[in-house]
Amino acid sequence: MIYCLAHHIISPLGDGSQANFEAVRAGKTGLRYYANRFVSVEPFCASLFTEPQAFVPLCIHSAEQAIKETNIVPSDENVVLVLSTTKGDNLDLLSPAQQIAEHFGNRNKPIVVSNACTSGVCAHITAQRLLESGIYQHAIVIGCDLQTRFIVSGFQAFKALSDEPCLPFSPERKGLNLGEAAATIIWSTDKQGDWRLAAGSIHNDANHISAPSRTAEGAFRCLRDVMQGVQPEDIELVGVHGTATPYNDAMEQVAIERAGLAHATISALKPYFGHTMGAAGVLETIICMLTAKKQFIKMLSGFGGVNAAIRLKCE
Amino acid sequence: MRITHEIEITPTAVILDGQTLTQTETGEKMLIGLYRQHANDYPKFFKMDTLCRLGFIATELLLQAEGAERFVPTEDRAVILANRNASIKNDKDYLKTISEQDYYPSPALFVYTLPNIVTGEIAIRNKYMGETAFYILDTPDQLMPIVETTLNTPYSTLNSAIAGWCDCSDANTFYAKIQIIWKN
Repeated sequence: MIYCLAHHIISPLGDGSQANFEAVRAGKTGLRYYANRFVSVEPFCASLFTEPQAFVPLCIHSAEQAIKETNIVPSDENVVLVLSTTKGDNLDLLSPAQQIAEHFGNRNKPIVVSNACTSGVCAHITAQRLLESGIYQHAIVIGCDLQTRFIVSGFQAFKALSDEPCLPFSPERKGLNLGEAAATIIWSTDKQGDWRLAAGSIHNDANHISAPSRTAEGAFRCLRDVMQGVQPEDIELVGVHGTATPYNDAMEQVAIERAGLAHATISALKPYFGHTMGAAGVLETIICMLTAKKQFIKMLSGFGGVNAAIRLKCE
Repeated sequence: MRITHEIEITPTAVILDGQTLTQTETGEKMLIGLYRQHANDYPKFFKMDTLCRLGFIATELLLQAEGAERFVPTEDRAVILANRNASIKNDKDYLKTISEQDYYPSPALFVYTLPNIVTGEIAIRNKYMGETAFYILDTPDQLMPIVETTLNTPYSTLNSAIAGWCDCSDANTFYAKIQIIWKN
């Protein structure tokens, strides 16, 4: 078992997990309409920081705020840094992680998880394995992505973006909105804090690189794995990916029904934060921790046919 | 952990289980030649970027060396790859399609701007519904504890993994060293 010692979110909705949670509860959204943000790129709707942010300082800020709430010493050799990102700092993924580790005086080589939109959930799973096997005692998991002309143009070419605020799980849904954020969770084998990471699972659909399985083969298997030893009715909340693209949400609905979780409350956070890519699995897990009382599942799916889910339990 | 097969591919050489396979071409042309000689039944290969072609052909040769029945749906095998340069070669190719002078973003290139797509391509080809994961690491030795702890995850269905290094920084600069690794 690994335990959540502390967490932090910085997004256009605020600085701090609680500030972001309160903003969501108040129905605020970071989504805005951008007509001329990037040269040649068609207008789009996204959740972007008002002031452009730099990747490494943003990650460091989030990690520092989380570390401050714990007794861990980030330079200790029993601490590992895990960075979840898809495009890193302007397409560079490794050196930002190294710079963050260096900032904290941590000499362990950082691990970057780049598993498309599932990266954040996969990063928690990687942390869990490394901690439970005794290789490290604490993991600083940071998720971050910033939006660029590169990313927005590509999603537009894919016709995956909505130019209006997204509508997850709605019959009217017509695409996703991108978002920017950094978020941190500090995991530890120390038995502290309310929430522990009980199980995690990653499965591929083995179906298509850019479209999910209609029968949710990968996502269902993730849910099946993380529910071993628990009854479906023990799960109060399922934090879905909920991108609001037609195929993703339909697939998740199938996975939830196949896993016997149709009773659970669904948490879909993209209408508040947009799709924050590498940050999504960290940020959305934190909001679920602040929302749920006893036990929830957070799931994500992404390009490459990959799906991931984790189950968290409150002590 | 038990390693049963290993392949190493550089732009000029292919070594499968210690045996050098003689090549007449180099670089990406060599990868295409390997495909024609050893697979040639999967036209999607030609849509793939160089990173995916590298991982795909390495896996084809490994699985042919293994000699087990192919294309049987399974979830007991993982595909866990890592590199330093993520998807940079294809990222640069995509960037050329969004220049300010000639803006015509290519969805066919954009889909390959994620390094984990190669693990997905291998899973799709082989009907592997087990774990697929991609890591960006400084050195290949960092991957071993990740593979070991993945295979030993208590409630997982995994028995083996196709795991290793798969790196490509341009069409003629790449390196793969991939193994079939068993939990027991």
